[in-house]
Amino acid sequence: MEKYLKKVDIIFEDTKALSCVNVLEKTLKRSPDEIILDLIDSGLKGRGGAGFPTGLKWKFTRNEDSDVKYVICNADEGEPGTFKDREIIDKVPEKIFTGMTICGYVIGAKEGYIYLRGEYNFLLKGLQTKLDKFNDMLKQKHIDFIIHLKSGSGAYVCGEESALFESMEGKRGEPRNKPPYPTVAGYNSKPTVINNVETLVYTTMICHMGPEKFKELGTKDSRGSKVFSVSGDTPIAGIYELELGMPLNQFVEEFGDGDTKAVQVGGASGHCVPRKKFNDTIIGFEGIPTGGSMMIFNSSRSMYNVLHDYLEFFTEESCGQCTPCRVGCQQLLKGIEAVKRGEKAPAYLDDLKKVTNTMKIAAKCGLGQSVGNPFNSIVDNFREEIIY
Amino acid sequence: MNKYLVNLKINNMPISVEEGTTILDAARQLNLRIPTLCHHPDLSVAGNCRVCVVEVKGARLLAASCATPVSEGMEVFTNSEKVRIARKHIVELLLTEHNADCTKCFKSGNCELQDLATEYRIGDHVFLDIVKPQSKIQDISSPSIVKDDSKCIRCQRCVRTCDELQGLTALAVTNKGDHQKISTFLNKPLNDVVCSTCGQCINRCPTGALTEHTNIEEVWNAIYDPSKFAVVQTAPATRIALGEDLGLTPGERVTGKMVSALKRLGFNKVLDTDFTADLTIMEEGTELLTRLKKILVEKDDSVKLPMMTSCSPGWIKFQEHMYPDLLENLSTCKSPQQMFGALAKTYYAEKINIKAQDMIVVSIMPCVAKKFECERSEMRDSGYQDVDFVLTTRELAMMIKQAGIDFNHIEEEHYDSILGESTGAAVIFGATGGVMEAALRTAYEIVTGREVPFTNLNIQPVRGMDGIKEASIKIKNVKPEWSFLEGVDLNVAIANGLANARKLMEKVKSGEANYHFIEIMGCPGGCLGGGGQPIPTSPEIRKKRAEAIYSEDANMPIRKSHENPEVVEVYEQFLGEPLGHKSHDLLHTHYRPRKRY
Repeated sequence: MEKYLKKVDIIFEDTKALSCVNVLEKTLKRSPDEIILDLIDSGLKGRGGAGFPTGLKWKFTRNEDSDVKYVICNADEGEPGTFKDREIIDKVPEKIFTGMTICGYVIGAKEGYIYLRGEYNFLLKGLQTKLDKFNDMLKQKHIDFIIHLKSGSGAYVCGEESALFESMEGKRGEPRNKPPYPTVAGYNSKPTVINNVETLVYTTMICHMGPEKFKELGTKDSRGSKVFSVSGDTPIAGIYELELGMPLNQFVEEFGDGDTKAVQVGGASGHCVPRKKFNDTIIGFEGIPTGGSMMIFNSSRSMYNVLHDYLEFFTEESCGQCTPCRVGCQQLLKGIEAVKRGEKAPAYLDDLKKVTNTMKIAAKCGLGQSVGNPFNSIVDNFREEIIY
Repeated sequence: MNKYLVNLKINNMPISVEEGTTILDAARQLNLRIPTLCHHPDLSVAGNCRVCVVEVKGARLLAASCATPVSEGMEVFTNSEKVRIARKHIVELLLTEHNADCTKCFKSGNCELQDLATEYRIGDHVFLDIVKPQSKIQDISSPSIVKDDSKCIRCQRCVRTCDELQGLTALAVTNKGDHQKISTFLNKPLNDVVCSTCGQCINRCPTGALTEHTNIEEVWNAIYDPSKFAVVQTAPATRIALGEDLGLTPGERVTGKMVSALKRLGFNKVLDTDFTADLTIMEEGTELLTRLKKILVEKDDSVKLPMMTSCSPGWIKFQEHMYPDLLENLSTCKSPQQMFGALAKTYYAEKINIKAQDMIVVSIMPCVAKKFECERSEMRDSGYQDVDFVLTTRELAMMIKQAGIDFNHIEEEHYDSILGESTGAAVIFGATGGVMEAALRTAYEIVTGREVPFTNLNIQPVRGMDGIKEASIKIKNVKPEWSFLEGVDLNVAIANGLANARKLMEKVKSGEANYHFIEIMGCPGGCLGGGGQPIPTSPEIRKKRAEAIYSEDANMPIRKSHENPEVVEVYEQFLGEPLGHKSHDLLHTHYRPRKRY
């Protein structure tokens, strides 16, 4: 059944009407295993982009035998074109805190951290005030959980969960080797659940409204809704919560300016979809997943410039430790420049595409692994713009 | 705890290995070689070069075999099409950011990247050269180490070496992305930061990014200069490692061949640092006993214990930077190399009737910190720079090759006399614990009149490759003049590698330790693992070198420093007595606090 674009209001649903305290108290009366079953049943997958089933993540961490565990909220929203977490943090932080507390209860953690993107420092003060209030509430209610705030320093790669742990531990923000995964050894090498801001809010809301209602939205592979950051050539840029599984053409109809040439789904590290594929593209885990960024380009845009910008970004934001990413990014960037200048033959683009495949399978973390997404989708669909 | 066995297949060959084993190690058990660059047996796992990637059946990503533990039922392919393409790409990519001017590179012929490029027959570069022009400006500020960023492949072995083995972070990763590099604090010259000059980073650099500050040409010039009298001394640990750079296997003793080769290179006299190692024992042993007497009998609290050895110049510089408040604990004895230089240009020059200004003293050392040490302003007590040039074991091997000497078939020769006689106690200076053992052999005998109570004089408790060793020796039935030591438990400690030295220093500082005497060697395993020794190094190789050193000792006719006839002679004819006036002028020194930045 084809889905139609549907606007939803779960994430930002009025918090005055919804008491997070009530949700929390109600949920903590249930057993951790029941909560996990509900999350698994809901089909909720991580909203940061990678899409790991949230219930399983909690379950694995719960099963680890350790006195100390952590819950971490990944608020290092650094993907170019993504700005939805900022809004969530600003508007409904209690829902985040509540999700973290529930998670702490489920996995057996007594401490949680919010790792806030360095550039979001302007949110820090307000967030801290609200957090203090929440922590006081937990104390009064004898709930053994406390949430701390940590500020990042501006590296994109620190949004990668293991680099985030390194950063939190005061080290250079570089991704770790996996395994071990965070559920086994995360922050301070202890079992850790790390979830995106939006994911944590959905866990609160699933606990509030039950998995059935959540499941009514979306498709088999992409349950529920998702908050999108819509930007670029659109008259109505902004943040929208939409049902997952919608076809891209409906999205463009709603948000485009009538002259849409391409949509970059999932930010710089995502895929570029050209107009001719709008009809066949589903936004969801069965099609093209996204951490929320939807960048719309109209026909006035040079896709060479778009790709060039992305590659410059990755060249600078690679942590630099692994060869495929550090050197690969530079080769891709300088490579398209050389083709543009006529110093390399157009066929050189195919050599570079092979490099992106090596990056995809041999780079240490998701950063290097995903640079091929924009590269291949732009080069394949707009090859003439890259060459001439 | 018993470890479970895990069953897996690598290239369709079944194997069972202990749980926790990496794919790389499992493959090695099957005699399958997977290439590596960032991996090193002395260091933690980094998994950043990605050269060792392998395919695991069912996995979306290739796995870095050095960093991935095996799991039950795993099927691994080390040379599938996917692996080959990726691995070749990775080598090609590394070469694009590497200044691959191999014929001009000091490390050519002993470069892991070069080997890999050759193996994969990387021909004309497909990809663009992205070496940054400014990276080709070498940092030559250090007398010991040359850093060439244009050769760096960011494997971070040097960074891990400096941090994990040496407890310093003179080298660290800075910046990110295309600007990422291995740098120093505030990108200062290596000579202006906390670098101990130990050169352990050189030993683990897979390329030519870190090399010794070479002095080969200066030494050839000295040899060929008819107005100069070129004297060479060889450190204990050179004779058990030089062969490795000349086609022999680790652990082969080549003392006689080395002497012979040095003579053929054209040195006027080939002498032995082992001689001054014996002399060091006389001075340092006496210094220890004097300190004990001052504290125990005279209650002089200006004298500091524990006394710490001062043979290792990397350790000295480390201490000057990191524990300037413990400098008084350092023995005032110069290192054997510097004692040799000072005596060569005074006592020896007089004996052979050569003017000191016409003498060039060259050292063959397992060390690059010695290059720094010989340039210290304190080391000019002869009125000239006491030691003119220091060559590493590696540089000597290069000279031997340049001279066309067939090292393997060369006849063995003896050191020249005088300053060529030595004992077993001297040669073990090359292994961690060796100075301690040599000092105990002599000091115990001075105090009690008897040999140390260990079979064949082998003081086993101070031997071995442990990072920190502790021992206690009860002193009984002493001679009347040493009665204050009757019944005393002499507590000693030994550390090798500066990270271990730091642990000991913290114990000393906190007052937790009650040692009398501490031996510290800056490098893992002692001088045999020095920063100037043949590359590669590994725990295995160092163990073989240590065995060679102890068998060298066991085969020496004299095994106690105080019985070295040339040492006896130098005191009779020139120095007078240990810690005497002349000794003080020539053989002892002082230290200076250094800033951390």
